Amino acid sequence: MTTAIKYPHAVGFVAGDRPKIVTSRFEYADSYTIERFLATGGYAGLRKALGRAATDVHEEVKSATVLGRGGAGFPAGTKWGLTPQQVFPKYLVVNGDESEPGTYKDRLLMERDPHQLIEGCLIACYAAGLSQCFLYIRGEMALAQERVAAALNEAYAAGYVGKNILGSKFSVDIVLHWGAGAYVVGEETALIESLEGNRGMPRLKPPFFPAANGLYGQPTIVNNVETLANLPWLMVNGSEAYTAIGTKTSPGTRMVAVSGHVKNPGVFEIINGTTTFRDLLYGAEFCGGIRNDNELKAFVPGGGSAPWFTADQLDLPFEASQVGPAGSMLGSGAIMVMDSTTDIPAAALTLTHFYAHESCGKCTPCREGGTWLERILTRIVDGTGTEADLQQILEVGAMICPGDFPHASNEKLGLAAVPFPYKMTTICFVGPSAFAPLHSAITLFRSEFEARLVKRISIPVTAVSTPLTVGA
Amino acid sequence: MTTVDSNTTASEPVVDPNAVSVTINGKVVAARKGEMIIAAADRTDDFIPRFCYHPRMEPVGMCRQCLVEVVGPRGPMMVVSCMTPVADGQVVNTETEGVKKAQEGVLELLLANHPLDCPVCDKGGECPLQDQAFSHGPGESRFVEEKRHYEKPIAISENVYLDRERCILCDRCTRFADEVAGDALISFTSRGNNTQVMTFPDEPFSSYFSGNTVQICPVGALTAKPYRFKARPWDIEHVESTCTTCSVGCRTVVQSSRDELVRYQGVDSQPVNWGWLCDKGRFNFESINSKDRLTTPLIKDASGNLSASSWSVAIDSVARMLRTALTVSPQSVAIIGGARGTNEDAFAWAQLANALGVDSRDSQLADGLPPQVFSLPQATIADIDTAKTIILLAPDLKEELPILYLRVRHAAEKRTGRVIEVSPRATGLAGKAWKKVHVEPGKTAAALRALATDAAFTAQIASGSVVVIVGRMNLAESEESVVHALAEVLHIAPHATVLPALRRGNVRGAITAGLTPRNGGKSTAEILEAAAAGKIECLVLLGADPLSDVPDADLARRGISGARNIIAIDTFITQSSALADIVLPAAAYGEKEGTTTNVEGRISNVAQSITPVGTSRPDWMIAVELGTATSHDLGFASYNEVHAAMISGVSEFVPAIDTHAVEHDGVIVAHPTPIALTRADGASNERNSYDYRAVVSRKLYDNAIGTAKSPSLATLAISAAVIVNPLDVPRIGAQVGESVRVTSQRATLVLPLQESVDVLRGTAWLPINLSGSDARELLDVTKDVIDLKIEKMS
Repeated sequence: MTTAIKYPHAVGFVAGDRPKIVTSRFEYADSYTIERFLATGGYAGLRKALGRAATDVHEEVKSATVLGRGGAGFPAGTKWGLTPQQVFPKYLVVNGDESEPGTYKDRLLMERDPHQLIEGCLIACYAAGLSQCFLYIRGEMALAQERVAAALNEAYAAGYVGKNILGSKFSVDIVLHWGAGAYVVGEETALIESLEGNRGMPRLKPPFFPAANGLYGQPTIVNNVETLANLPWLMVNGSEAYTAIGTKTSPGTRMVAVSGHVKNPGVFEIINGTTTFRDLLYGAEFCGGIRNDNELKAFVPGGGSAPWFTADQLDLPFEASQVGPAGSMLGSGAIMVMDSTTDIPAAALTLTHFYAHESCGKCTPCREGGTWLERILTRIVDGTGTEADLQQILEVGAMICPGDFPHASNEKLGLAAVPFPYKMTTICFVGPSAFAPLHSAITLFRSEFEARLVKRISIPVTAVSTPLTVGA
Repeated sequence: MTTVDSNTTASEPVVDPNAVSVTINGKVVAARKGEMIIAAADRTDDFIPRFCYHPRMEPVGMCRQCLVEVVGPRGPMMVVSCMTPVADGQVVNTETEGVKKAQEGVLELLLANHPLDCPVCDKGGECPLQDQAFSHGPGESRFVEEKRHYEKPIAISENVYLDRERCILCDRCTRFADEVAGDALISFTSRGNNTQVMTFPDEPFSSYFSGNTVQICPVGALTAKPYRFKARPWDIEHVESTCTTCSVGCRTVVQSSRDELVRYQGVDSQPVNWGWLCDKGRFNFESINSKDRLTTPLIKDASGNLSASSWSVAIDSVARMLRTALTVSPQSVAIIGGARGTNEDAFAWAQLANALGVDSRDSQLADGLPPQVFSLPQATIADIDTAKTIILLAPDLKEELPILYLRVRHAAEKRTGRVIEVSPRATGLAGKAWKKVHVEPGKTAAALRALATDAAFTAQIASGSVVVIVGRMNLAESEESVVHALAEVLHIAPHATVLPALRRGNVRGAITAGLTPRNGGKSTAEILEAAAAGKIECLVLLGADPLSDVPDADLARRGISGARNIIAIDTFITQSSALADIVLPAAAYGEKEGTTTNVEGRISNVAQSITPVGTSRPDWMIAVELGTATSHDLGFASYNEVHAAMISGVSEFVPAIDTHAVEHDGVIVAHPTPIALTRADGASNERNSYDYRAVVSRKLYDNAIGTAKSPSLATLAISAAVIVNPLDVPRIGAQVGESVRVTSQRATLVLPLQESVDVLRGTAWLPINLSGSDARELLDVTKDVIDLKIEKMS
């Protein structure tokens, strides 16, 4: 066994003195090897699970209320129960296509602790009666691909994956698949399309609810990497220990990735449900405040597609049932912080450009509307936009998301919150995502846009009338 | 209540478990479970705008134009009606303010990057985007940015052009290519605002069905070369007709402008073609407009050249020839052909033959099946949809009956039935077949006999209805071998119904009308043999070209040169009509009205759209005039009279009395009492010392006159080759592409060598009637199988 070199924190990760469910091995330099994994209790959760009936394991996960960490926050145990009985085969698809702007927690989980993910996959397959697992890793994550592949080889060689795992009757294969670089493939139905070898475009739900009609037309569970990484700890320590952390509705911990204008950006494993945004951004054990002690202008609470919050929402905890009504979402756990020096229209343009560029081209409103928004906004940022353009942005946005678009409350502006989610004319969330940052920016910081507009001075035209003389 | 009164329950109407009722805009609509809202709404007066939705393809919900409101537990929800199934008690609103705003929004977005070049666009005037922009659009656009720019139309295949600026990315063409045609050669590339339909690099969209994408394109993005800039929709005259290029009998709209055919469009006929056409059927109208069409009668002059004459002189000369021949013996007169015309044409000629006492008439060119296959229990094309098993004992449907291929492919794709392919080589349906019985020529019946002991096979046969599609899968094999194989299949599956896959346009109608040997008359092969022996005084070629169509080239040549007089009734100078003594110009498809009978015996109308070129006349009219000139009154003198005489004179045609049906989906011929086939031991067909057994078949595009005279299709025919299994190539010792010597007992040909895994080892596939050496030279219709020697040229 290699010597245990301990880092104060792994690259991009801030450990701190908090309960660790998924990041317990991050402090070791060789955390991704099977030796380290086994030396630190690896595959104990799998052993424990295999010793129990599958339904028991499923119940355990259900009673722990492990929330999906991909964005929607749907309890994993409940999701597993949605597949029809007596249909064979059923598949597990692991969504490792983490590509939401600002999110990089799953990447660390795959790079730093691939065995934990594999163990989680195996537990999930066992509990939910899934016969094959497809591990889809984003195309750009070379190190994650390398480490997961190496770990999978080790696990196969050691008999943790494959036929009759650990001498039991349980057999499952894990197939690795690299993405080809499309954001939309993070959407579960598009990911399934991509896995099938097709162009990554979302399918409409219904009828393509993966749990009923997913990969190759079979019932399919799509779980996020972090969700599955929770399972080994949960198996070893039990659901009571799990729910003892966090709140009843948001138990356990969750990983958040903070980027932008804070003193100490990085990934943190925080206690779910109780930690507030203020704790996270200003707490000494977390980000330690805004850079240069500037004033906080705005922050994105849950990935690039989430409507923005301002200082007014800092005291909200990481609890979906509170963040939603406040006008945004927790999403993938990516917090992007903007301090008072931020050029808001430019920041919004960066995000809108991303979503317009990443539109798969399937739904008309997203394909045409996203680029349209980007082009109007570019004009405004360049200083050639007009008052009408600002209105046009909102009207194009309304073609993608009819009705009131969610936004946060703001005391200074006298705004009341419009709760999440929005209505949309597209299949998936990429279309609305192009509009979300723009809508937030215009709603909360309209004056900054107005300051960029061309000021047209109307020149009064005075008619010079010559009296008409008739028959002089 | 504990007892149930059985009388009461019996009298209650049966409740369809799949019936649901939905309310669309306040109107109650009956629908079926699984049906989409848009399909149910189409039965009301309320039109939901749509671009990507097509009733014959899987919905994708791509364009988002068909957004409607469904009232749910949490208030009205905006859904796409093309992908939302109906549910009992569902309340749908398609015309609320919210829906109107959403639909206008989507249309404005669709038009944002659309070039609006309607004045120069072929689609203008019949464009769903144009129409729906008026009916459901916002009226004006707020898009002031520069539009997307792409190179204006790029050719994605020989005949289809793509204008990516006009494209609204509805996924119809790409879905068609993948789902329906099985040629997924076009797909989306790039993404977001740069998404575009594109072919794969260096691989054109060369599909036999590419023209359908032009028809279903809801904008002018896809245009077809034969129609580009030819006409405007408001100048076009439409008549509904039936395509007679092959015997599937697809329903079409024949469109003409200024008395010239400009386009065929498929009509969605549920029992036949579902709206699809193959490119050959779609684009061969060009041949009808060809400058090479015959316009006047031609008579061979003293120097042996055909020179223009008048109808009166020509008819007199033909009558004289016939009379002279008949004085020798009625057996010395023979008629070959008739399958290219209408039922009425064939009936009139059969009546003339009867009047003249000519018993040797055959509308099949020694490449067909005995007419008794029509007396077996018959299947319809639509039976393929419900059959549990579809047995292909047929030529490659993709090459010979393309739209029938789509129907079988659909059944396999949707898993409504399993396909069993019995063939000497892998056909276009091999990839969809549940079981492939690839067997070398001459051994088919024996292989099927052996298969009767295969438990999985028999269980599959027993699982439900069976349709056998039967035809000449190999022209180097005798007609009897097919009948033997069919007898074996019907022995294993006595409940099977038979779909005789004879390929020539109206061959079934011609046979039914009487253009088939009677009273011991001769078949085509026998006629040609007799002619070669100098026993035929007068040979009538009724739209037939034995020199390019009869599989045995030598026999055809000997027959044509041996006949004393030849009278050709044709639209073009063909190889055979060029040797005729008198050529009478015939009116072609689209120039005459009538009825036709398709492969399943469906009688439907063919309509006249333009006036016949020059002085050409329908075949039936020529028969009537020849009758008069030979002092036989056939009893009819107008089209309506021929049609009426045919219905009263031929019992199979009686259902055609339903004129309305004939002019729409058609009616099935009345079937005679079914007969049974007896099994027989065929010849053992042991191999001679030659190494390869010949498999000879046709390609869709060949040198047939309708293709050769259509400029858009003429270039698509490949050149002749001998194709063997890759494992046989080293045995021959020649390189692929190199010319090799192919020898049968008849002849030796030099052909380029090609390889394909579709070909069985020890067999050689030779497509015929292509440019280059024609494999028909190798064939001998008197032989059961043809064995070949393939040698490297020294």
